[in-house]
Amino acid sequence: MVNVTINKRPVTVPEGTTILEAAKQAGFPVPTLCYLKDINEIAACRVCVVEVKGIDHLITSCNNVVEEGMEVITNSPKVREARRTNVELLLSQHRTNCPTCVRSGSCQLQKIANTLNFVEDHYKNEPTFKEWNLQFPLIKDTSKCIKCMRCVQICDRVQSLNIWDISFTGSRTNVDVSHNRLIENADCALCGQCITHCPTAALRERDDTARLFDMTGDLQNPDKITVVQIAPAVRAAWGEAFGLSPEYATDKRLVAALKLMGFDYVFDTNFSADLTIMEEGTEFLHRMKEKDQHKFPMFTSCCPGWVRFLKSQYPDMVDQLSTAKSPQQMFGAIAKTYFAKKIGVDPEKITSVSIMPCLAKKQECDLPTINDAGAGKDVDYVLTTREICRMIRADQIDLTHLPEEEFDSPLGTGSGAGVIFGATGGVMEAALRTCYALVNGENPPPDAFSQVRGTRGWKEADFDLGGQTIHTAVVSGLGNTRRLIRAVRRGEVHYDFVEVMACPGGCAGGGGQPIHDGCELAGERGKVLYQYDAKNTLRFSHENPEIKVLYEDFLGEPNSEMAHHLLHTDHHGWEMPHAPHYDEDVIVSVE
Amino acid sequence: MTTSRAQSVVEGLYKDMERRIASSPPGLCPIDLTAAFLKMCHAQTCGKCVPCRVGLGQLGNLLEDVLSGRGTMEKLDLIERTARVIVNSADCAIGIEAAKMVLHGVDGFREDYVEHIQHNRCLYHLDQPVPCRALCPAGVDIPGYVALVKAGRYADAVRLIRKDNPFPTACALICEHPCEARCRRNMIDAPINIRGLKRYAVDHAGVVPTPKCEPSTGKKVAIIGGGPSGLSAAYYLQLMGHQTTVFEKRPKLGGMLIYGIPNYRLPRVRLQEDIDSILSTGVRVHLNSCIGDEEGMLSIDQLRQKYDAVYISIGAHSDKKVGLEGEDAEGVISAVEMLGNIGDNVIPDFHGKRVCVIGGGNVAMDCTRSAIRAGAEKVSVVYRRRKDDMTALAEEVEGAIAEGAEILELHAPTRIETDGHNRVTALWASPKMIGKVSRGRPAPADTGLEDVRIPCDVIIVAIGQGIETRHFEAKGIPITRGVIKAENWSAVENAPGVFAGGDCVTGPATVIRAIAAGKVAAANIDEYLGYKHVISVDVDVPNPDLSDKVPCGRVNLRELSAAERKGCFDPFEIGMSEKEACQEAGRCLRCDHFGYGIFKGGRTKEW
Repeated sequence: MVNVTINKRPVTVPEGTTILEAAKQAGFPVPTLCYLKDINEIAACRVCVVEVKGIDHLITSCNNVVEEGMEVITNSPKVREARRTNVELLLSQHRTNCPTCVRSGSCQLQKIANTLNFVEDHYKNEPTFKEWNLQFPLIKDTSKCIKCMRCVQICDRVQSLNIWDISFTGSRTNVDVSHNRLIENADCALCGQCITHCPTAALRERDDTARLFDMTGDLQNPDKITVVQIAPAVRAAWGEAFGLSPEYATDKRLVAALKLMGFDYVFDTNFSADLTIMEEGTEFLHRMKEKDQHKFPMFTSCCPGWVRFLKSQYPDMVDQLSTAKSPQQMFGAIAKTYFAKKIGVDPEKITSVSIMPCLAKKQECDLPTINDAGAGKDVDYVLTTREICRMIRADQIDLTHLPEEEFDSPLGTGSGAGVIFGATGGVMEAALRTCYALVNGENPPPDAFSQVRGTRGWKEADFDLGGQTIHTAVVSGLGNTRRLIRAVRRGEVHYDFVEVMACPGGCAGGGGQPIHDGCELAGERGKVLYQYDAKNTLRFSHENPEIKVLYEDFLGEPNSEMAHHLLHTDHHGWEMPHAPHYDEDVIVSVE
Repeated sequence: MTTSRAQSVVEGLYKDMERRIASSPPGLCPIDLTAAFLKMCHAQTCGKCVPCRVGLGQLGNLLEDVLSGRGTMEKLDLIERTARVIVNSADCAIGIEAAKMVLHGVDGFREDYVEHIQHNRCLYHLDQPVPCRALCPAGVDIPGYVALVKAGRYADAVRLIRKDNPFPTACALICEHPCEARCRRNMIDAPINIRGLKRYAVDHAGVVPTPKCEPSTGKKVAIIGGGPSGLSAAYYLQLMGHQTTVFEKRPKLGGMLIYGIPNYRLPRVRLQEDIDSILSTGVRVHLNSCIGDEEGMLSIDQLRQKYDAVYISIGAHSDKKVGLEGEDAEGVISAVEMLGNIGDNVIPDFHGKRVCVIGGGNVAMDCTRSAIRAGAEKVSVVYRRRKDDMTALAEEVEGAIAEGAEILELHAPTRIETDGHNRVTALWASPKMIGKVSRGRPAPADTGLEDVRIPCDVIIVAIGQGIETRHFEAKGIPITRGVIKAENWSAVENAPGVFAGGDCVTGPATVIRAIAAGKVAAANIDEYLGYKHVISVDVDVPNPDLSDKVPCGRVNLRELSAAERKGCFDPFEIGMSEKEACQEAGRCLRCDHFGYGIFKGGRTKEW
């Protein structure tokens, strides 16, 4: 243990504790800006500087550790002057347009600047501008970048994709796509983790709200029937944007808000998650029966960020993906066929919208080979949780007096197995619940597969399925995914079935979710989803009555010809930019 | 009075800038740097002539346009035209030389201009965050071991060094320390004495055991040549679990470290410390084993059959002839021969003899100082350029002078005079004057003066070494310009399983480059054998000292006086005291923690 004083208050902390942590424990929080614990501890912004007795130069508290007897002052005139001036300097290179900025309210630079009692600007404002493809789902606005390097670090160290790097040198140092590539030519998975870890609006999603809500948007068009689906993980997080608890900001209250905003039908992606389980579970059991004809493990395919990752990093393994579409796309295909027929309208009249915790889904709905309903795009618009929250706010909806409303039928019923799709392990657990029933003819206890729960990055579990041991693994985060794939390729591990989600913690921690600087909320949000599961009287996808009717009336049976046509996809049907450097054992055939 | 005070401050700033430029990090955008230099040049203009007063400023504006994404190809033409006009018409060097700099750049990094203009991007990238480590060919974790020296953890320092360099002691004594060249401490006062600190570590670490070898792979690797490169490769390959066998032509291991570097610089007992550690990993050694086709020798083909891989690291041990009349006379010896004999403890007796050394490199200085120690009455170094142009380290030249050597600069040897018994009687040399710069160095030019006679009994030719390539060439190993041709990852083309590195590939170079080549070869041989072993060390580097970095002199190593040292081959460099080592280590700016290093590239824990 080390004894130090912070602003004369003594505190004893373990050896190796940072000055920042010691100060916090002593009751003197020090502001930080570029710092992200364990991810970005590079002392770039110089906002967390403190004075240490006996040393003239100010010391960054985020990445230097306490020493015995150290006397730290967190608020001396010297510290105040440096902190203020450094934030002013950052602001001088930042295009400050807070009232019209998507991150106003969740911007760490704004938050710190607001605490420093600035009265006027002393420096010339000279942000850097750089062109960007505004059609791409991920948008970088260089004029707002404060070069904190968090995006570089999260992509390198957590997601292992190295999409971002420093560009230019010296005073012109900037952050841009690595290897001087354009973003559309890069192997970006579109996980959006760089956005959720950006302190400002330098990184954001492409905002698609205007296309829907404008005067010319489909919500205003009396000839259009707007159908919206809500992804599982959205319900665990949307209330955060309004300071509401997940117990209050429920899925049903979001339904009510969406109805107020003018959507004709509000449905649940949990429904199509159940459908995914029917298709993917059946596919898995089928592949297990023909073990010699397939390569294992079979990988889940519901995360489009992961599909992009596999196609770009390990293109020789694409056939190991389940051919099942993601729940979003299954929903779109069903909405413009089965549902249109059911309500007796021309599917061309339906506008299909999804609310997702995800950026990659924006790209997925635009894939040329994903549309099978024959009425334009199966999913027309994808909005992230953040976008829909911004629109709720724009509509001035008083959530505190808004009663809950039920989802519409027939695509509005989802099981508990469907809702846990939003957390790492959830797809695996849901699939195993149904596979067990399909193999044994009876349901397992609903919590029989809870071993795969939790936010650990790489989980393994073996289960008995009708006398056969199934080796499963669950990974989230692309760095963990790369480690798992390397181990698979080296023959160090052997699995039958692997669930992958690109974002750490799964969709709950998705790149489209509300942003809380420095907080990783995937675990908390995941727990909310498991509460939804526990409360649901339906715990099995195959018992979802609306799914049963869908098969009886329309699809026939899982993996039927119709199901294949609408609910499965060819992952080779579109091009993904490849990684600049493959892992050395990757074999890519040149066509 | 105020003016003179201001002037003296400015003089100080000039010195600060000189040191700053010396420690400029590699990888910076050359156009950005040109623009910055140009700004300073423009500040120097006297203001009289138009091209300099106005033109340099306009050039600056145009460069700024290119750098800010407002460039066009037409503007690039205008940059060129403007610079050309300044070069052609400015009145003095202030303008002419400034504009030349721009012109050189437009030619030298034109592709970067085009990249900026067409894509608003830069081709350059700051990729060497820790200057010392980046400039060490072997990539040794210098801030790491300097911090360990400061913490008094000398054995850990040695272990950390050995992760990248199995010759910590040899390098502590004789490394040319390229690491110090761009040390960031230069911005404050002077570079850290890195070699001196390494010396302190090895002098105080005691015997440090080598790490445990990985389980045996059953693979066998033959290494031809037991010098620094071959032994480095052997060391890492042993750690990876491969069985190496070193074939050394001479009776002792060490290569140029023993057969090229005299004992007073690298004492045999100290070199043996490194060799013993390396051998402790289980390297097998065959001394007096020449590779060739003659009776009793193994050929490279036989080695390729018997071993899974072969590393050729034969060094550069053959002498180069100076091509003078009388070169075959008795009394003319090559540097390689003389230093080689000394390595085998055959010390020549030069008592009462006058010696001429031809050459200006470090080897020439080694010969000069060895000749003095061998009792020579007089030693003259005959060199065709100026003393300042010698490639030998300045301290070696000064050391030789202090020990009584005479430097006969600007004299080009023309012939060797002999007596009737073909014994050397004198060296004739043509007096030169220094002339125009050619390929970066001023060339000697004719004076028209008559040749001078330098009476002498012994002539030592130290004008470079060659590589004994005949056997390898005959067996199909590619040779270009006298060296073995190998890829930069050390594989030899069209000879699967054969790798080469060190002096025999680069030509005579430094020990640390040879060590680095051995390291690269080990990694690639391992991969060739189907493995991907990792070399790492579990040494925690201490946290940096947060105290202020106030200017402080650099501790230089002291030497015994010339009178004390020149009579024998004993070492004369004196290591630091504990207090000195602690102060010197404390000067380190810890670029692994402060600056770019903590973001990227500050520490590589394994390779």
